[in-house]
Amino acid sequence: MSTQTILPIDRETLAALSQNNNEPAWLSALRLEALELAGQLELPVVEKQKISRWNLDAYGTYTKSAAIQSLSELPESLQSLVKLEENSSVLVQHNSSVVFQQLSAELAAKGVIFTDLQTAVEKHADLVQKYLFQAVKKDENRLAALHAALWNGGVFVYVPKNVEVDLPLQAVLMADDAAATFAPHVLLIADSNSRVNYVDNYLSTEAVGVDQVVHNGVVEVFVNAGAHVRFASVHHLNATNITYRRAVVENDGRIEWIIGEMHNGNAVSETMSVLKGNGSSSDAKVISAGTNDQKLSITTKAVHFGKSSDSQMFTRAVMRDQASAIINGITKIEKGATKANGEQTEKVLMLSPKARGDANPILLIDEDDVTAGHAASVGQVNPEQVYYLMSRGISKQDAERLIIHGFLAPVISEIPLENVQEQLRSLMERKLGQ
Amino acid sequence: MATHFKIDGLKAEIEGKEILKGLSLEIKGGEIHAIMGPNGTGKSTLASALMGHPKYEVTDGSVELNGEDVLEMAVDERARAGLFLAMQYPSEIAGVTNSDFLRSAINARREEGNEISLIKFIRQMEGKMKELEMNPEFAHRYLNEGFSGGEKKRNEILQMMLLDPSIVILDEIDSGLDIDALKIVANGVNTMRSEDRGFLIITHYQRLLNYIKPDFVHVMMQGRIVKSGGPELAERLENEGYDWVKEELGIVDETVGQEA
Repeated sequence: MSTQTILPIDRETLAALSQNNNEPAWLSALRLEALELAGQLELPVVEKQKISRWNLDAYGTYTKSAAIQSLSELPESLQSLVKLEENSSVLVQHNSSVVFQQLSAELAAKGVIFTDLQTAVEKHADLVQKYLFQAVKKDENRLAALHAALWNGGVFVYVPKNVEVDLPLQAVLMADDAAATFAPHVLLIADSNSRVNYVDNYLSTEAVGVDQVVHNGVVEVFVNAGAHVRFASVHHLNATNITYRRAVVENDGRIEWIIGEMHNGNAVSETMSVLKGNGSSSDAKVISAGTNDQKLSITTKAVHFGKSSDSQMFTRAVMRDQASAIINGITKIEKGATKANGEQTEKVLMLSPKARGDANPILLIDEDDVTAGHAASVGQVNPEQVYYLMSRGISKQDAERLIIHGFLAPVISEIPLENVQEQLRSLMERKLGQ
Repeated sequence: MATHFKIDGLKAEIEGKEILKGLSLEIKGGEIHAIMGPNGTGKSTLASALMGHPKYEVTDGSVELNGEDVLEMAVDERARAGLFLAMQYPSEIAGVTNSDFLRSAINARREEGNEISLIKFIRQMEGKMKELEMNPEFAHRYLNEGFSGGEKKRNEILQMMLLDPSIVILDEIDSGLDIDALKIVANGVNTMRSEDRGFLIITHYQRLLNYIKPDFVHVMMQGRIVKSGGPELAERLENEGYDWVKEELGIVDETVGQEA
């Protein structure tokens, strides 16, 4: 059996697709090269989850959705996520393509670019070519290669030097067709001393059955010297989820990740900060909830190269039914990263006897002059706490709900965007309520 | 209806060990009963068994509140029926603010759609906190987390005041309180005295009873009430200790369920 047969798309189809989308030769070549790599490379090593048994081949086909003129054409569930005002900046991807985008005139005047990646390839080729697949390389493993071959729609953000974007740039990425390829790529570049808030929501409708399709997404963030990026992302997909997020942070730059992995399908999620520059810092807050027989692998990682670099990681997950989660926190401090500091905490709360959670704090330190700390815990809802709340008349169900909220509160209450807080709370409620 | 709480022949065990060995007691609205006794005689077990702590199993006897079978009720139902236990060791719950917790507890007693308004709730809570000389900041702190022993006890009394129960059980509410805090807590209890409310005060020391005057005093030993009397009984216990009671009743070891 040739390796070609396991690939979700053949060379000719991919070449034709690239041509149909009027992609430049360099991109067509990149896609084809990545496809070839996909045939040769292995799946990534995901600790304690047998992802080779997951449904990882159902990519569907590229399905272009018609552009829309107004957000009222979108499903209601989605409209509630976006508050479109004259000065808001919003982008919507529907299945394989972006169907709506708006950038506030004020930001456009400052030189901010906020568009879909396919358009950016055409209009801002120099920037895209310089950064695309530099943080997440296409030859890392088969999934990264497949993403590089098949990515579609996507988001491109460029914030020029010294420009500050306070109101969040917001992207909504929606899958409602089980036969459509859904593989957005987010590329965000914050030039020196800029500031930007970015929020996205990934969601799917019931038309996409749990684990019937694959979402294979990549996020690359480049934080140039002195820049500050706050990246909030809430995923709530039925698909099998593969998401690699990576930020490369230069001198005195800062990345803040706020991640909600609220899927219904299996998921591999890795959120990583490469602290390249001296004085660079990262802060990652991740929450997740697992139900039914979901299998989750949630990794946060910080790699310190820069002197006096600082990383904070904070993950909390709630598991019920037979769901299982492997929560990894990896702090890697390279030789020469003197005065670096890395702190991490992973906590898992299990709501049923069959739920499983592993919290694995990992410190890999090759430099002596550093500080690092970790804490991890896995436990069930404390029956004494439930008794205490019930003794005040609160029902068992509400008592458990309060305790779960309390468990997640330290992450959720830190989220600087109120509507993201609200959304995470209601997703949590929907997923864990009953 | 006048409050009527009746415990009859109550037996309870923990991990197979019998602690309560047939305890009977009746409390009517307006009455304050105190249960005193040395350590290890089953006082706190009584409080926990009445509230329905999952670790305690009632094996015999009955408990009725206004004719309703309390032992048939889940913990939350007992609370909504009017039972309140101020605990000796209240749980700490991170991430849940005191005010969110209190509001949930109040709303649990109200019909859906008839929840207490936020303004009214805050006004009530702040008023009661002031009476208890609690720092208003405690409303926004996580429930009991990082509270000192005395702050936890005040917080228990705050809950009692806001929940307006018909039977209040105070389990060693005086332990860990300095004299000023004791007075504040006792004051809180005294303001709650009423014709429709009965109190059961479990304590080790007579001290608390200087500030909350009981109508009836009971001595507990070996998992049952062995002697009852009026306030003068508490005073005698304070002055003379428990030995005379043991002597009178021929009790050598007053404890129950202790490992030899």
